[in-house]
Amino acid sequence: MTVALSGQEIADKLDKQFPGGIVESSQDSLVVNSEFLLMVATFLKDTPDLDFNYLTAITAVDYYDYFEVVYRLTSMEHNHSLVVKTRCYERANPTLPSVVSLWRGADFQEREIYDLMGISFDGHPNLKRLFLWQGFKGHPLRRDYW
Amino acid sequence: MEVDEPTGIYPSATELDRTESEVIEALKKRSQQPIPDPDEWLDEELKRNILLTSVDAILNWARRSSLWPVVCFPACCAFELITTAASRFDISRFGMEIIRASPRQADLMITAGTLTWKMAPQVRRIYDQMPEPKWVIAMGACAISGGIFRSSYSVVPGYNRIVPVDVYVPGCPPRPEALLYGIKMLQHKVSKGSIATEGREE
Repeated sequence: MTVALSGQEIADKLDKQFPGGIVESSQDSLVVNSEFLLMVATFLKDTPDLDFNYLTAITAVDYYDYFEVVYRLTSMEHNHSLVVKTRCYERANPTLPSVVSLWRGADFQEREIYDLMGISFDGHPNLKRLFLWQGFKGHPLRRDYW
Repeated sequence: MEVDEPTGIYPSATELDRTESEVIEALKKRSQQPIPDPDEWLDEELKRNILLTSVDAILNWARRSSLWPVVCFPACCAFELITTAASRFDISRFGMEIIRASPRQADLMITAGTLTWKMAPQVRRIYDQMPEPKWVIAMGACAISGGIFRSSYSVVPGYNRIVPVDVYVPGCPPRPEALLYGIKMLQHKVSKGSIATEGREE
């Protein structure tokens, strides 16, 4: 069984490395400042005793006030997992850094989030709609879509 | 022992030979002239018309007895269609067991499932690649009207927006019996066609 690591403990470890990078943390997850996202992700992937070499899934949630993007990370080496979240407060043109350079599996999932939620990912190699067609108006999984 | 003695109700062998020769001679006597062509009295135009009716009958019989469906199963109704094709319900009883992977060899499209706008051009293309004559059965609520996804941003509200539909089979999904009934209705429709009036409005 994969061990779900405590967000609290990892956040304590990360806080020393990246002061101001962690917004909040709990037993289940930790929330990263979006400006630190790529650095934190690189750290989580490359640090030997963390070694999160597999990205299970990316999800996005619309909380009206902000968008939250959820990264579920797994280590094949140590058989443990972690949930990392980041928030995006802009609504007109929300942008987050892309993690495709770290995990190739993020490619389609970031495209899906761009398609349905309208969040742009900086550094994505091919950011275009995945399920809907070019020219579709709006992003249908947003709460205010009608 | 007398061989030719009649025994009981049966005639003797000699008697059989004699009646046989009588029958043959009588037939030969009245068969000296060839039988005239029964429609010899018809003029050329009338003959062709009568022939046309027969062609209709045989074409319609052949068409309705070998409806080959094309693979167009975008969603979950496909499982009911597969069940219909499998041994318990067995559409090969109606001459339909060959479900073609190529639309060029098919003349029936059973639209089993929800159609999204993104998939719609491909479905239209499959339909266009099918040779005439061709028919479409809209299977299930989604194929008829979009079903529960009708108001969705990505779903086509009914296949009749994309291709002309001949038979609608309601259900979500329809039972195989319902699909079989729809197929029989389509066969009934096919049997009423005529090559003289063929070619439909698009």
